[in-house]
Amino acid sequence: MAENTIQQTAPQSTEVTATEATREPERFVTPPVDIYETKEGLTVVADLPGAAPETIGIDVEDGVLTIKAPVAEDAPREAVYREFALVSYFRQFQLGEKIDQGAIRADARNGVLTLHLPFAEKAKPRRVAVATG
Amino acid sequence: MLGTNPFRELDLLRREVDRLFEGFASPPNRAAFLPGRAARSYPLINLYETADEVLVEALAPGVDPKSLEVTLQENALLIAGEKPRPAGEIAQEAWHRNERAAGRFLRQVKLPTAVDQDKVAADYRNGILTVRLQKSEAARPRRIAINAA
Repeated sequence: MAENTIQQTAPQSTEVTATEATREPERFVTPPVDIYETKEGLTVVADLPGAAPETIGIDVEDGVLTIKAPVAEDAPREAVYREFALVSYFRQFQLGEKIDQGAIRADARNGVLTLHLPFAEKAKPRRVAVATG
Repeated sequence: MLGTNPFRELDLLRREVDRLFEGFASPPNRAAFLPGRAARSYPLINLYETADEVLVEALAPGVDPKSLEVTLQENALLIAGEKPRPAGEIAQEAWHRNERAAGRFLRQVKLPTAVDQDKVAADYRNGILTVRLQKSEAARPRRIAINAA
């Protein structure tokens, strides 16, 4: 029984990491995401608080989807009490063959980025009629 | 509780302890980021104070602005709202990842000084709520003239 249940809670990344394979001094955090599948394709929802929609960069290169969002540095104010600091966001996903990479749509609102990744036509399920003699 | 992984629980505990001690040693320049599911106060806040005003910043992405309620009562600021789940019915097996938290939240923030109950401005932009409060006259610093003989 237990083996068949899917763990819904994925570990949260609270670590600040440098992007691999680059020497960029900038640091990034991995934003939490929801990914779910519909008949039309995949939907990716990412929390990017503090990132202005026009500065969010979404790239697809060699089948890798990259979400990168720079965040304006905090104004140099003295905080009396501080629980968070804004750091730029960075996350990458490998896209499967099924995704139509040219038809990805993105929408950002209230600090949340929503990406629609439609399946390519040939990958959509198709019902095959069975001929009866 | 068949599904719980004890190692994951331990890891979460370790992180929570790390977070608690972080503030003492150094300012949290690594982002204390919004782990949705850990049991902790939500939204995370920053509090700034200048000579004239108190500024409260809350990290609350994806909240419907209409559901957001900010109430000021005496010296306490109450922030309430709801972060909706993705719309529509999504079958359990359709999820590939589910890391974002959702649901109603409520947090009370005690303010460090008395504030003017009428001059409050709240602004929600890019998932960050900023509440700007004016200090009350009595709480502002005042320069005292010195009489020299």
